[in-house]
Amino acid sequence: MKLRKALSLALTGALCVGLLAGCGGNPSTPSTSSTPSGSTGGSTPSGSASGSGGSVYYLNFKPEQDADWQALAKLYTQETGVEVKVQTAASGQYETTLMSEMAKTEAPTLFQVNGPVGLANWKDYCYDLSGSKIAGELSSDDFALMDGSSMSGIAYVIETYGIIVNTKLLADAGYSMDDIKSFADLKKVAEDITARKDELGFSAFTSAGMDGSSDWRFKTHLANLPIYFEYEADGIGDTDAIKGTYLDNYRDIWDLYINNCTTAPTMLSAKTGDDSVAEFVTEQAVFYQNGTWAYSDVADVGEENLGMLPIYIGVGDEANQGLCTGTENYWCVNKNADPADIQATLDFMYWCVSSETGLEYMCSGEHMGFVVPFKGNLESNNLLVNIANDYVANGTTSIKWCFPTMPSEEWKNVVGSALTTYAADQTDANWETVRAAFVDNWAAEKSK
Amino acid sequence: MEKSIKRYFPIFLGPTFLAFIIGFIVPFLMGLYLSLCDFRTVTDAKFVGFSNFAKAFQDAEFLHAFLFTTAFTIVTVILINVIAFAVAMVLTQNIPGTNIFRTTFFMPNLIGGIVLGYIWQLIFNGVLAHYDLALKISAKYGFWGLVIVLCWQQIGYMMIIYIAGLQSIPGDLNEAAQIDGANGWQRLWNVTIPNMMPSITICTFLTLTNGFKLFDQNLSLTAGEPMKQTEGLALNIFNTFYSRVGYQGVGQAKAVVFFILVVGLGLLQLQMTRSKEVQQ
Repeated sequence: MKLRKALSLALTGALCVGLLAGCGGNPSTPSTSSTPSGSTGGSTPSGSASGSGGSVYYLNFKPEQDADWQALAKLYTQETGVEVKVQTAASGQYETTLMSEMAKTEAPTLFQVNGPVGLANWKDYCYDLSGSKIAGELSSDDFALMDGSSMSGIAYVIETYGIIVNTKLLADAGYSMDDIKSFADLKKVAEDITARKDELGFSAFTSAGMDGSSDWRFKTHLANLPIYFEYEADGIGDTDAIKGTYLDNYRDIWDLYINNCTTAPTMLSAKTGDDSVAEFVTEQAVFYQNGTWAYSDVADVGEENLGMLPIYIGVGDEANQGLCTGTENYWCVNKNADPADIQATLDFMYWCVSSETGLEYMCSGEHMGFVVPFKGNLESNNLLVNIANDYVANGTTSIKWCFPTMPSEEWKNVVGSALTTYAADQTDANWETVRAAFVDNWAAEKSK
Repeated sequence: MEKSIKRYFPIFLGPTFLAFIIGFIVPFLMGLYLSLCDFRTVTDAKFVGFSNFAKAFQDAEFLHAFLFTTAFTIVTVILINVIAFAVAMVLTQNIPGTNIFRTTFFMPNLIGGIVLGYIWQLIFNGVLAHYDLALKISAKYGFWGLVIVLCWQQIGYMMIIYIAGLQSIPGDLNEAAQIDGANGWQRLWNVTIPNMMPSITICTFLTLTNGFKLFDQNLSLTAGEPMKQTEGLALNIFNTFYSRVGYQGVGQAKAVVFFILVVGLGLLQLQMTRSKEVQQ
């Protein structure tokens, strides 16, 4: 009897422990007391502004920069005594994470949206940044995300994408970068490489993988080109009904990608982003569509062997076409946070883009390697960024990022699926599905 | 004894009950309320009435997901139960190595759905690659891929339940039938299966609800590709919730419809199989 009693007591105890463990609070260390005087007498003004005791909670979007943000946050805490918590959402899980984090009492004070469409979801949570110190640091007002007259977001990184080229392999195939000045050139070179694939030992393009880790390169980034040219032709910046004027060109470039890559087009749905990087780095392909953020992935090819080409689709003034430059990363401050926290967040943002340490972390290739749209932007040692700068210096016209105006994630996903289906079976009927996903679904999604 | 149970029952019931309230009742009620709201985060919602439900029922993809899930559930309920029953029959005969087989068949159950989906995706794509094909290019591959994965995962589990059921049938029933001249089939249909009805009730209930609730494997194996052709109900709800601005409420409304559907079907099935159960 005694044993039974003891046993049941132990069992009950175990139940309770299990229950309580679930509710275990995170011990928020009161690091506010760590003396700011201990560190070097750096920027005193920001230190005094944050005396009100607010703290910062940053929900970071870019997993590849998580370690750098953590380190930067620590430095800031050392310097000013203000606590900064950085959380990073897993790749592709930002909206999901943000949605659940925002519902908490300790909601993020600093989060990000990807542009007008993302803003539509979160505009009721965005603090008006007009007149803030960080807004004054912007190198151009184009990098502010406006909701009417309210400045809801501020871009913190400018990125560029195009076709990354292994120039050594290109030379092996008997061509140079100067031989490719238009879509017709690109097609000629790519198809020639494919024709001599066995002899050369490499393909023209890396696999155009349609796995979730890679499909955004085509359903979003590549799709930007027909949208951009249509906006340009019509003189608009957004639309409720896309016409699909340049969809035939989209089809041409997609055909080129899928029929001249390392993989059979029927198998693209299984190919991942890592596959593509691996193929490029191990010299199985000459061309790889991606952007400046991928520099660390492809750096192994060697600086002297890397180049970048605009994505030609056979529209417009191809001789002066540049790379695709823009942003889909806007910082927003949570309006519903405690005023002291809002102030602390504003101070932190300002510090990141104006102080020496902050800029060093954001711009240097050893850390985040960003080009930031702020006055203090530092020279980059990211080779792809420098190539992008050369394009601008040479007077080419950069292609704007229009994809933040895409109606919804849903729209992108449907286009992606249609592209995959078409790749596996390249018939006109299947392209019609892509067209419907692009044009009809645009209007449908915009009206929802 | 009686008295002390009366006195101490809150201590025993309390923790579990509390967990049940926090983890189930509260989210469920919140979910019901949120299905009538326009919201971004679950703690900040605006009441809008039944418009979410209207939108949910107008969604052709939701209907397609329903049909897909129904077809999938019918196929898996039949396959899993028939095979699990057969395996259980075999493994209750006196053959050597029964325990090893039982353990091995049960093991897939110990792997989580997401992992399983990705591993099987590699396997399927590896096989299909020989024919220059891939899993996500045809809804047919996706459908049968999911069927294979779910069968592989659940047959072992149902097998254990059937084995327990088989072992609880008194041996003399079969013996008596044998003496009366019944052959193997007749004994199976008239003795074993009627006595197995409680196990069959449990197993069909589990496979039926698992088929409808299929999510992890669906997400990781096909993610609804191609063109949402292999998107099940749960995945459709998830996608509605997250991939369109302002559609969180509609996703929630779909979830409520889904709940009613699964509960309704589950109860109906219980009714049907329960009525066939016999007392020994």
